[in-house]
Amino acid sequence: MRININGNIQEFKGKKITAEELITKLNLNGKRFAIEKNGEIISKNYLNGIYFNDGDKIEIIGAVGGG
Amino acid sequence: MDKNLNKNDDLIIAGRSFQSRLLIGTGKYNNFEETRAAIDSSESNIVTMAIRRINLGQSPDEPSLLEFLPPKEFTYLPNTAGCFSSDEAVRTLRLARELLDGHNLVKLEVLGDPDTLFPNVVETINAAKILVKDGFDVMVYTSDDPIIAKQLEDIGCCAIMPLASLIGSGMGILNPWNLEIIIDKSNVPVIVDAGVGTASDASIAMELGCDGVLMNTAIALADNPILMASAMKKAIESGREAFLAGRMNKKLYSASPSSPVEGLIK
Repeated sequence: MRININGNIQEFKGKKITAEELITKLNLNGKRFAIEKNGEIISKNYLNGIYFNDGDKIEIIGAVGGG
Repeated sequence: MDKNLNKNDDLIIAGRSFQSRLLIGTGKYNNFEETRAAIDSSESNIVTMAIRRINLGQSPDEPSLLEFLPPKEFTYLPNTAGCFSSDEAVRTLRLARELLDGHNLVKLEVLGDPDTLFPNVVETINAAKILVKDGFDVMVYTSDDPIIAKQLEDIGCCAIMPLASLIGSGMGILNPWNLEIIIDKSNVPVIVDAGVGTASDASIAMELGCDGVLMNTAIALADNPILMASAMKKAIESGREAFLAGRMNKKLYSASPSSPVEGLIK
């Protein structure tokens, strides 16, 4: 299964991955971020129960220095 | 305008009250420690930040900007820097709202040209309409065109932020007359955003009657950012006091001695 995360294709075993599993794999536990799946924002409150499938396009964003 | 200096002179934006009229960006510093030290030196309350793809290669304990600037101490102003369309800007700020737990005070900027970073005011207006309708309090970066500024206010933007000169240029205030017209016509705070190079530029903006100044590069790229942040704080305060005090009229062709003309020794 291949998922596009922040513009990079990443391969995962199986046919789907839960949001929780993905966040753990990406070392993002405890970090502040927001997620968009195929152009739709996924609320932090509803991350449980969200799955990512082959071909999904995911954006994970945070705050950086800027003016 | 209440000119009684003894009274509270807070900056009010969308019902929020701020002691400092200096808003500062968090970009271009050498590291987060320097960012934090400069912000502390400026005594600013509002800090801008950009929204970008998270660095997925980072180690789990790598610090982030938000850890250095806790929300209890500062009001965040996420921006849309780098966006060239209203769609991109709206998408970015909706993600920012999700990231920041529903925080809805934002800085909208939609750029029109990658070289000059001049704003695309048509796209800016389109985005402002969508964001205001969606419940955002929109502080909007724009050109120094008084007509566009008024349109953005009429849409419901909570602060108008005209450029003094190009973003990051340090060229200072190039058109004080346009800024004065915008200030005169506006019923919401007018905050100069972009172009300030040194302390006197900030003072001039405030003497013109601006409600505040937003800057990043002038502090971050100074040889000593922490000292420049302190200079900017004083410049904002002195410019504000000079505006409230009301300057004397200029007399172009007649001098007026400060000392008595009577009793001269002959």
